[in-house]
Amino acid sequence: MSVLLLLVIVAVLAMAGFVLCRQRVLASVQGDPKSLHSLPVYYGWHGAIMVLVPALAALALWLMIQPFIIENRIVGMLPPSMVADGSSTTLVMSDVRRVAGGLDAAVAGGVMSEEDASLIRTEFTNVRDRLASVGVALGSDVSREVLAAAQEYRVMIAWGAMARTILVVLIAVAGLIYAVMISNKDFRARNRVEQAILGLLIAASSIAILTTVGIVYSMLTETFNFFALYPYQDFFFSLTWSPNFRGDSELGLWPLIWGTMYITLVSMIVSVPIGLYAAIYLAEYASKPVRSWVKPLIEVIAGIPTVVFGLFALVTVGPLLRDYFAEPLGLGNSGSSVMTAGIVIGILNIPFISSLSDDIINSVPQSLRDGSLALGATKSETIRQVVLPAALPGIVGACLMAASRAIGETMIVVMGAGAAAKLSLNPFEAMTTMTVKIVGQLTGDSDFASPETLVAFALGMTLFVITLALNIVALLVVRKYREQYD
Amino acid sequence: MTDATGSGMAAPASARPKTSLMAETTLARRRNAAEVRFKAYGIAAIVLSLATLGFMLITILSDGVTAFFQAKLNFPMELTAETLDPKGNRNRDEMVKITTLGYNKVLAAAFQKELTAKGIAVDGQSAKDVADMISKDAAGKLRALVLANPDIVGTTIDATVLATGRIDGYLKGRVTMETAQRDSNVTPEQLQLADQLKDAGLLKSVFNWDFITLPDASDQRPEAAGLGVAILGSAYMMLIVLITCVPVGVAASIYLEEFAPKNFWTDAIEVNISNLAAVPSIVFGILGLAIFINFAGLPNSSSIVGALVLTLMTLPTIIIATRASIRAVPPSIRDAALGIGASKMQMVFHHVLPLAMPGILTGTILGLASALGETAPLLLIGMVAFVDNYPSAPIAGFLEPATALPVQVFGWAQRSDPSFIERSSGAIIVLLIFLVVMNVLAIILRRRFERRW
Repeated sequence: MSVLLLLVIVAVLAMAGFVLCRQRVLASVQGDPKSLHSLPVYYGWHGAIMVLVPALAALALWLMIQPFIIENRIVGMLPPSMVADGSSTTLVMSDVRRVAGGLDAAVAGGVMSEEDASLIRTEFTNVRDRLASVGVALGSDVSREVLAAAQEYRVMIAWGAMARTILVVLIAVAGLIYAVMISNKDFRARNRVEQAILGLLIAASSIAILTTVGIVYSMLTETFNFFALYPYQDFFFSLTWSPNFRGDSELGLWPLIWGTMYITLVSMIVSVPIGLYAAIYLAEYASKPVRSWVKPLIEVIAGIPTVVFGLFALVTVGPLLRDYFAEPLGLGNSGSSVMTAGIVIGILNIPFISSLSDDIINSVPQSLRDGSLALGATKSETIRQVVLPAALPGIVGACLMAASRAIGETMIVVMGAGAAAKLSLNPFEAMTTMTVKIVGQLTGDSDFASPETLVAFALGMTLFVITLALNIVALLVVRKYREQYD
Repeated sequence: MTDATGSGMAAPASARPKTSLMAETTLARRRNAAEVRFKAYGIAAIVLSLATLGFMLITILSDGVTAFFQAKLNFPMELTAETLDPKGNRNRDEMVKITTLGYNKVLAAAFQKELTAKGIAVDGQSAKDVADMISKDAAGKLRALVLANPDIVGTTIDATVLATGRIDGYLKGRVTMETAQRDSNVTPEQLQLADQLKDAGLLKSVFNWDFITLPDASDQRPEAAGLGVAILGSAYMMLIVLITCVPVGVAASIYLEEFAPKNFWTDAIEVNISNLAAVPSIVFGILGLAIFINFAGLPNSSSIVGALVLTLMTLPTIIIATRASIRAVPPSIRDAALGIGASKMQMVFHHVLPLAMPGILTGTILGLASALGETAPLLLIGMVAFVDNYPSAPIAGFLEPATALPVQVFGWAQRSDPSFIERSSGAIIVLLIFLVVMNVLAIILRRRFERRW
């Protein structure tokens, strides 16, 4: 029985639980809800929860554990030579699954009877041809062991599905009976239901932690796999990056770090002055109507998807820089370059820096400004010598966050920076970044046993650590600054 | 005290030359000039950033708006029975054997016949050159049309077929006589013929609904590429993100704002949420690839995987917005509810949550808008693959390969044919229209329902 059908059955039982519990408790007080501990609807919900929670938990647990048990049993059946190490086990298991799927398709298509499928032997029939006739293509002939394993696999899957259905339905019915039995007028149904809801709320908020754990776990395991195939000294200390899918690659981190940092630097040179001056003007000079129009307009930039900036870099900024700067100055003839990507990322970061700095400048106490103006300083002197120094930690924090965004930015560099890993000082040359290489190594057909693919996870880990560190430092700086004036 | 002040005042006054207070000293002039300059820098920064924004939008709009128009050839076409149905019994099973090559011949012959009838010709042009002006997509479409309705064979229909991307580009000014000379896909004679066809009314640039509805097309047929699958894929993903993200985000916010005790677990959750908001989006793509595809075994490039990744990315945004609007509900409401005997859970669900709803809604729409424009993580889970058939209806369609609007923008920008840049910009226009609608909706909701306590 399929999982979907099982879910429907559980849902129906839950509804029955709702109705039965509510009716029973109302009957126990002759239809007078005033003498109940909780409102009748809470008894109903209690019934539904008692059906749903244990049954769904059991189902989820079963679905997670069953594949492992079946795989262990199948691997135990196969001769040891076929399952010598991890990768060959995976291959054999996928063969077994494919043959079993083929047999299922043959039975469903009416080519074989159920009995045929479980009795068929390689000694008497060519299984590959039989399966090909129902549209299941197998790469090689089916060996006797694999066929036997596949048949056993089908038996176990069928048995597992049956046992799963029985178990889950039993648990659901047990929950229903328990809830109906316990429903009487003194039962504190509301407290139970509220506890269950609180549990759900806690579970929902823990998803944030689970996500972080998932990110770290998935990247760490694959990074360790990578370092098992490729020496970490070469990754961290080599100055060449030349992946080669035939093997024998050099995967040094430094050209990518250099490209990333160079592009980030260019982007900061663009975004910090523009963003900061815009913030100062908006916070200190602009009249109310100007502010209420200009601030949202600048923030429009932040709402535009980065792929749009990427296309802008590729189609407009790149050729513009090439034709008017790089070629006349003799610095190169490539449209994609550090300058292209850096300038466009800088534009993307302007609203980020300006709105963060704007908030910070606004939170500098007015008394500081008044004091400075009273001493005879002009407005710009007040800003430069009093407001900005007071706001400096916050502004530094904002800049660090902007830098971390520039480091992690992907689409603009993929479309505007180029793909050549180089250690060069010329800003009009194409260079590449960590994010470009993550995309490059992981899109298309990737083989998760080769260092050329797995290096993407090590790069991802490096990126994650760098951006996380920058953000934590920025948060600490901003928090320290906030405490100063709050 | 007074003496000290008096003597202090006297000393500099005697040192300073006597001038009127009204006359500007050099120092004052310098300081005032600095003031003006400083203010000008601020204005310049704002003008520069807005001008860049405007420049970017204008380039993309002007590049992309032509994608909504497409050159089409219109001529009467006889569906010759000898080629399309040699046996003459209109049996669909036999007609399936005729490939698009046969239909190409029919198209070419009909087109040539119409040209001869109208007396349009360009010297030194081969028949193949003339036939090559019809898109490679046309034969497939015609075949599908005939196979759907075999009885039209032998009749003459009024056919409207796509012209090739180069002819289309010529009508839009992208291709000129000079570029045609260097281009192997088009000849200057074809362009001259296109001019004559246009004058004769056979070749027209018309509004192109197909751009919004049709699926993607291969490298050789930019004129037939459309956004249908991408829009559908994005819609599926937004639907799943809405279903998964909003309940979880609201539940998490309620817990953190109303129930969470001050302990280690709560602190851990808070730190995690603020960090997740700052993690580069591509890292979420790696997570999706490792957990949802490699570990959980969900199908590659399906909308469900894309949506789950986007859900995890959007969650911090929605939680932050929801918490802000829950916090904005004044404590007096809570006190009043508790005072008349509501339990804490009833207080939250009956009073606080409904009052916070407009804020939650606005935050949700803005979160969805940012998820709609996200590209990088979707590349890693394989959504950049070429998908030319529509995913089926939900729920089965969630597991089928799809692509998304921003990914389609990127995919087209990577193609070598310059016609795809126009398509790419056109896709951005569609994407931006969706984003503008969502943002305007959020602003209207905020204006309409925002309550100041």
